[in-house]
Amino acid sequence: MSWLVGAPVILPLAVAALLFVLQGRREAQRVISTASTALLVTLSAILLYRVSEGGILVAQFGEWRAPFGISFVADHLSAIMVVITGVMAVATAVYALRDIDPDREALGYHPLFQVLLAGINGAFLTGDLFNMYVWFEVLLIASFVLLTLGNRREQLEGGIKYVAVNLVSSLVFLGAIGLVYGVTGTLNMADLAIRLPQAPGGLVSVIAMLFMVAFGIKAALFPLFFWLPASYHTPPQAIAAIFAGMLTKVGVYALIRVFTLLFVHDVAYTHTILLWIAGFTMVTGVLGAAAQNDFRKILSFHIISQIGYMIMGLALYTPLALLGAVFYIVHHIIVKANLFLVAGIVRRYAGSFDLDRLGGLYRRAPFLSVLFLVPAFSLAGFPPLSGFWAKLVVVLAAADVGAWPIVAVALVVGLLTIYSMTKIWQAAFWSPLPDGVELAPRPSGLLYAPVIGLALLTLAIGFWSGPFLAVAEAAATELMDPTAYVRAVLGDAAAATIGRTP
Amino acid sequence: MPGGDRVLIAVLLAFGVALAAPVIVRVAGDRSGWVLALLPAGITAYLLSHGSRVAAGESIVERVAWVSALDIHLSMRLDGLSLVFALMIAGIGTAIVIYAGGYLRGDRQLPRFYLLLLAFMAAMLGVVLSDNLISLFVFWELTSITSYFLVGYKHEDETSRKSALQALLVTAGGGLAMLAGFLILGLVGGTFEISELLSDPEAIRGHEAYLAILLLVGLGALTKSAQWPFHFWLPNAMAAPTPVSAYLHSATMVKAGVYLLARLSPALGGTPAWFWLLTLAGAATMLAAGSLALLQRDSKRLLAYSTLIALGTLVMLIGVGTPGAISAMIVFLVGHALYKAPLFMVAGSVDHEAGSRDVTALRGLGRVMPITWITALVAGLSAGGLPPLFGFVAKELAYEGLFENPLLLGALIAASAVMVLIVYLVAWRPFAGREIHAPSAPHEAPLSMWLGPALLAAGGAVLGFAPWLIGDSLMVPAAAAVLGELHPFRLYLWHGFTLALGLSAVTVALGVVLVWRWRPVHDALRSRTLGWTFGPVGGYDALMAGLVRFAAWQTRVLQSDDLRHHMTIILGFTVALTGLTATFRGELAFDLRHEAGYFYEYIVLVLVGAAAISALRAHSRLVAITSLGVAGFGIAIVFVFFAAPDLAITQFLVETLIVIIVALVLIRLPRGSLRETSNGSVRAIAGTIAVAGGALFTVLTLAVTALPFDASLTTFFEAESYPAAQGRNIVNVILVDFRAIDTLGEITVLAVAASGAYALLRRSFGRRRDDVDTEDRSDRVHVERGGGA
Repeated sequence: MSWLVGAPVILPLAVAALLFVLQGRREAQRVISTASTALLVTLSAILLYRVSEGGILVAQFGEWRAPFGISFVADHLSAIMVVITGVMAVATAVYALRDIDPDREALGYHPLFQVLLAGINGAFLTGDLFNMYVWFEVLLIASFVLLTLGNRREQLEGGIKYVAVNLVSSLVFLGAIGLVYGVTGTLNMADLAIRLPQAPGGLVSVIAMLFMVAFGIKAALFPLFFWLPASYHTPPQAIAAIFAGMLTKVGVYALIRVFTLLFVHDVAYTHTILLWIAGFTMVTGVLGAAAQNDFRKILSFHIISQIGYMIMGLALYTPLALLGAVFYIVHHIIVKANLFLVAGIVRRYAGSFDLDRLGGLYRRAPFLSVLFLVPAFSLAGFPPLSGFWAKLVVVLAAADVGAWPIVAVALVVGLLTIYSMTKIWQAAFWSPLPDGVELAPRPSGLLYAPVIGLALLTLAIGFWSGPFLAVAEAAATELMDPTAYVRAVLGDAAAATIGRTP
Repeated sequence: MPGGDRVLIAVLLAFGVALAAPVIVRVAGDRSGWVLALLPAGITAYLLSHGSRVAAGESIVERVAWVSALDIHLSMRLDGLSLVFALMIAGIGTAIVIYAGGYLRGDRQLPRFYLLLLAFMAAMLGVVLSDNLISLFVFWELTSITSYFLVGYKHEDETSRKSALQALLVTAGGGLAMLAGFLILGLVGGTFEISELLSDPEAIRGHEAYLAILLLVGLGALTKSAQWPFHFWLPNAMAAPTPVSAYLHSATMVKAGVYLLARLSPALGGTPAWFWLLTLAGAATMLAAGSLALLQRDSKRLLAYSTLIALGTLVMLIGVGTPGAISAMIVFLVGHALYKAPLFMVAGSVDHEAGSRDVTALRGLGRVMPITWITALVAGLSAGGLPPLFGFVAKELAYEGLFENPLLLGALIAASAVMVLIVYLVAWRPFAGREIHAPSAPHEAPLSMWLGPALLAAGGAVLGFAPWLIGDSLMVPAAAAVLGELHPFRLYLWHGFTLALGLSAVTVALGVVLVWRWRPVHDALRSRTLGWTFGPVGGYDALMAGLVRFAAWQTRVLQSDDLRHHMTIILGFTVALTGLTATFRGELAFDLRHEAGYFYEYIVLVLVGAAAISALRAHSRLVAITSLGVAGFGIAIVFVFFAAPDLAITQFLVETLIVIIVALVLIRLPRGSLRETSNGSVRAIAGTIAVAGGALFTVLTLAVTALPFDASLTTFFEAESYPAAQGRNIVNVILVDFRAIDTLGEITVLAVAASGAYALLRRSFGRRRDDVDTEDRSDRVHVERGGGA
């Protein structure tokens, strides 16, 4: 079944190639692109099912055995991330049918979208450090072109900042890979899990800092997040939604991967730094949101703040905390992308994202109001929505180890999150329509479909959190003990040597 | 498990009916109040059917697994305390649902209103019936959220929106503190099940975290029950429609804090910290509310302050915690519910039928609204603590419960005197008199709006004469649940000539004085205190304003528009984090011995160094980029020296292209921007970061190369390249076979980059008008297209 592990990458790449050939035949592109996302999510779900039934799946490309070739590895975490990518792909592909204008389609929106998916899934599935770098580049270039597609001044400005800061990340990442290779002579992550503990701990700690920065930029951690608020409010909502959902989470995933599999030799140092960064990320993000008066900018800053909770889960490095981090990621992707999609519908009604130019939507569009409230209140952590459980688990994990300062930070930031979600609600929905603003007729139902779907998913996670927590728990268990990962990639003999110093 | 899971089903059913309410309202039309009232009435009947078992000391306990992984269950527990609260919620809820049908008749938002009101009721039942801290918290927050939407019901009015937000932030903020307290409590007690926690109180009271638990849980309870200094949200919440004020902000939700304190008092109570926290908060609330009430002339705000007085009394009695005080607390709770809800509804009826809530603008309404007036009088006498009403019984008990604490007793007497004044202003002044004064032509309220309040007020009268009706069956078991053991007591209307009776007389006398001197005192205070902003309200406003200012400042500092600023922070952070780790944690070992190089290697070294300095000192961007190109060429030459011509060629090409492309871009920029305007300090910071970064990577490279290199990969590639992969050039085989997936990815990158460049160029050469303008227009067209589809 090893083809299944590669499928979430190969499928969108193949579709991208096909769509590229079909450039100019808009209807065909739209049908194929959307249909392929349905196939993508189906294959991903099968992958997750097989992983949860039979354990970690590995594919060795070209049949070159690890660590000599490149391995793709699907453990619970990777499979979960791939499934959620598939869900986002379907949601944004459907939304894009009405949101992306023919101009952008003519400039290659559809193949770019597929390349982006391939890059994201590649980063989630690869078991090779340099190969991860390659997928990072794929998704960086695809996202950059998507971001600037349309060539608007605002987009270009945001795009330049986006790409410049992300190139720093690439540079640091590449430098760190070189150092790791110099120390261990390998790039295979399972192999590294065996060899890094045998290397000088101090040197490995320094290299770990470089990875923290490289992925921290991707994940928009404090004080590296500038590219995100500078760029996320510029592209069309279908693009912004998948960016908001997935891109930072690739960084979070990479941090979780390397700081559970590779750099756990000095947790007291590395993970304490992560915890500090997590706290500052939460606070600065939410304060940034409190200072905004634009629907999308508030949402953008909230991504940063919420990333802090996920990193908090990683930094605490207990089974419960990692469970919380994984659960948080899934919850957040769904909720945040949905809020961006809702913002797009609001814009179609009222013609603006500026809170001062919005209003009257509770009266005019009660159904849309509910569709906003579900993700917004979930993000704010109101029970019993998904965000409540996510926050509860990470906070509980922190309380468990007596990390009270971060508990306090997490709860206060929760209150400030409530504040900025209600700010949007009061301005756009409750307050009367400002003078001179007219509401347009209700937008196409096709825009509502993904929003409804994601809202139902949020409710499902909230009310039946049990199964979702169980899958996250399986992921956390694997992360806390990488033996299974190493065994799956390198075999029993290698797994037995893990953690052994020479 | 006696009773199956029926208590839970009752709660869930209430949520279900709430969700269906909009549909029911559309079908039932004007009768929807009566139809929907069947739900709370049914729940009331269902609860009463358990009365005898609870009275016999039994608790009905149920548990349904919810999130087993986290020890979170939908546990329900119906004992004396929760039965009293649940009966209040469902019983008063019945009256409110009927009343709201009349009060909001014809309102466009009525379907949503009932949805929210019934959802609140269900959540509130959940709060008082939960036996699990986390599920209690879930329901607790649901009451805050539904309250938010109900306070903001008239959402197009800015005051409503602000009041709704204020109430939400204060209660949700307290709620989060409470959650922290619950988590500690759960960790200390090893479970989130309340009954299990209460079974071992010493483990909690004796724990070092006790004070933290008390303060955090207390914060949640005191904010929710609007205790000083968090009291200010409650009067502002009067922006809600009257049925909401009567129900949430008088009879039920604001009692959730009281409930929680009572519920947890077996485990948390009985310590000096508990006593002082609650009695001081309660007494301060009573006194603050009593004084602030003198400023009010709006009937609903007056009643809100009287609610604060009652809430303060309840919290104070729980803080005292003696069997007498707790019994008094339970009786006072019920007494208050029976008079305050009708008084609110009466005030709402007057507002509805006579057009004002200003007690100074209304006179003589009793002539046209006789039923409403009688209701007001009966409820008012109870509120004023006069015999023969249940309020009198309750107040006498409260006085007796405080005999050991004369200061607290004094505070209660003072506050009770203000209650007499409030009753006069709300229940007497607008109705009495021969001439009718009112903004609109007043008339009697419809049946739906007088029936509920009249029944509740009558309940207060009946219980005044016959308090034993609920004494042993409800009050004693409830007090027993709070005290942790049974303390039987009897309720009498007539206690004989006791000290309490004397104090009642004093109270009334003080009240009469207040009534007599009200107008001049009121006018004097109002003229002097208008525009006051300090105190807790001012604190809240200052906090919010400060938060927004601080947020704006922080964001200005961090998130400037300047890319160079961002780069400085990011690179500086990178170098600092890594450099400090290397210095203090790295224990890096490397060998500085080296072979003396050839002289041409030193020439390249000097060249690269000079280029770097030139880049740093350049005042023109063109010079800077060219200098960087020279440095890059120097590195490429180093590759040549060390036998890597393929790398060198790549590097030459890349450097050349970068210089050409960037130079082309720079030339196309507007004149003037080619000059570098940065000052010396910016340059110094950039130079420092650059040098530190370079040093860092040099040191790291040295440290890594000092280690023995594991060449097993290279060995494998050399061995397998030809036999297994049929290729003699190992690099080629690595690129297209061993690591072909990397190459696939890089090809993709190039393809996308090319298509992206094509898109950029096509668009910018395609139209050279102002791009922002064009884009706005195309977006608008786009919106219309979306709208039409």
